[in-house]
Amino acid sequence: MMQTIDLRLQVADRVLIDALDWQVAAGQCWCVIGRNGAGKSTLLSALAGLRAPDCGTIQIAGRRLADWPLQALARERAYLAQRHDDAFSYSVIDTVLSARHPHQGSRYWESEGDDQIAHATLAMLDVAHLVQRDVRSLSGGERQRVAIAAVLAQDTPLLLLDEPANALDLAHQVSVMHLLKSLRHDPGKAIIMVTHDVNQVQSLATHVLLLMGDGLWQAGTAEQMMTSALLGKCLGHPIDIVRHGTRLFFLPAEQLHE
Amino acid sequence: MTIIIKQVGTGGRPERRRSIMVVSLLSVVAMLALIAACLLGSVAISPSEIHAAIHSTIAGGNASLASTILGLRIARAASAFVTGAMLALAGVMMQALLRNPLADPYVLGVSGGAAVGALAAMLFFSAAWVIDAAAFAGALTVAMLLFALVHRDLRHGGRGDRSLLLLSGVVVASGCGALVTLMLAIAPDSRLRGMVFWLIGDVSGSTLRGLPWLILVATLLLSLRFARAINIMAMHADAALTLGVPVARLQRGLFFCAALLTAAAVSNAGSIGFVGLIVPHACRFALGPDHRLLLPASVLVGGSFLLLADTLARTVVAPQQLPVGVITALIGVPLFLIQLHHLRRSTG
Repeated sequence: MMQTIDLRLQVADRVLIDALDWQVAAGQCWCVIGRNGAGKSTLLSALAGLRAPDCGTIQIAGRRLADWPLQALARERAYLAQRHDDAFSYSVIDTVLSARHPHQGSRYWESEGDDQIAHATLAMLDVAHLVQRDVRSLSGGERQRVAIAAVLAQDTPLLLLDEPANALDLAHQVSVMHLLKSLRHDPGKAIIMVTHDVNQVQSLATHVLLLMGDGLWQAGTAEQMMTSALLGKCLGHPIDIVRHGTRLFFLPAEQLHE
Repeated sequence: MTIIIKQVGTGGRPERRRSIMVVSLLSVVAMLALIAACLLGSVAISPSEIHAAIHSTIAGGNASLASTILGLRIARAASAFVTGAMLALAGVMMQALLRNPLADPYVLGVSGGAAVGALAAMLFFSAAWVIDAAAFAGALTVAMLLFALVHRDLRHGGRGDRSLLLLSGVVVASGCGALVTLMLAIAPDSRLRGMVFWLIGDVSGSTLRGLPWLILVATLLLSLRFARAINIMAMHADAALTLGVPVARLQRGLFFCAALLTAAAVSNAGSIGFVGLIVPHACRFALGPDHRLLLPASVLVGGSFLLLADTLARTVVAPQQLPVGVITALIGVPLFLIQLHHLRRSTG
């Protein structure tokens, strides 16, 4: 569904990712893990087309990103940004309906179908009661759930999510992860998400991309990647793995002071 | 994805019906403002005289006093309306482009360029069309200069940050301000009054012309075509690209339309303040931020507002006439402050 060929991304003179050959197929859920500044968000915004690669190409459905018409591309992939900067007092429903833009063609107003999809996704994210609220008056977690609802309303095969659980309280973190898991079982969809919570990765990801921050990277299935040696190297801190029933927990190891 | 399609009780979006209603209502208001502008003035005309005057004009008959006055007033009213409408439309566009609800068409220094052009023409020539043409040329020159300075920022969609454009505009505007002051300082007394009037903004000298209407209608239709894309850019800034909006192209289009509208408005009637700031802001406040309604509504409200302000300007101390810019500022300043405080309170 999505692949990168010899992709290099750099910020100023720092090479964050080098020679990335990576393929994402439908039905997979990839988590991108790395330290602060390792290039996770940079990678995601490059995949979204917001940032040109410094070298190499990104393809979606076998077609280079730059060769896609913007509207058609917007029906292929949706992007959840890390930050939402609201300058105007649009309502929650306006925000979610805006995600239907690539499906509307030259129609001036949204159709009833768009409206129903928007309401359905708001209900899925448990924010249906906020429909008419001004987005600028929402709390961080509410705003994040509205943004996720918008991404779902865009109804695309590929989802690029930059820290979807950001600012969510525990209950909503669990329900959003549950929702993403149900999307993962949809054979037509693929998810690429950035997260800081290694334990979320374990429950959700089928595959993991580790970014070392110096251009090096490692990609593979979750079982291959989620080892204490690799994670420790990637995150720059030793990781202990604790088994609890059938679940694995990843904890930062205690530093021993001698 | 399995989206459960739920039947929502509202039955379709009411926005369309509401928008049609608002736009028709505002059109009626604009017509009423036009009628008021024709009736009121230092010489009173009664509705029956207007009726007779229209009749005689259509019949191609002799020009009575009433029909002459009516003709003058209609020309002036049309000029005021189109100027206000252009300023308001340019204001909406600038606010969307800069993603700042408090931006106005003059932040780009376009009016400063027009003022330099117009005042230079007044200083060295005196024909009215030279002044208008010089103002238009000055405005476009400044717009081009500014575009050359920031085009890289616009082409790449920037980094979600329009401060380069805003700062460049402010600096260019203050440069123009210095030139204006210089010309006022060296101008002979005989020309000073006309120059000051031009700076304040005045529609009394303007005649009925087609070009401003053409520019207004063309830019309005163009912006309506992209109204939904403008909404999305206003909402999501650069991330609008991921929804299929060509952000860089849209920004360039908004920049050019706003610059053209401002140049046309300013060369038509001088730099009338506050219309381009207050009207879009008030419309957004009353009708919501959806550009599909905001664009046409602002055009109608802006036109009506300036038309009424001009009617006030020529009646309040008749037969003496005030420059309309004074009236818009006197109404605009308190209105703006009230809105600003309301905004602060509602967003905490």
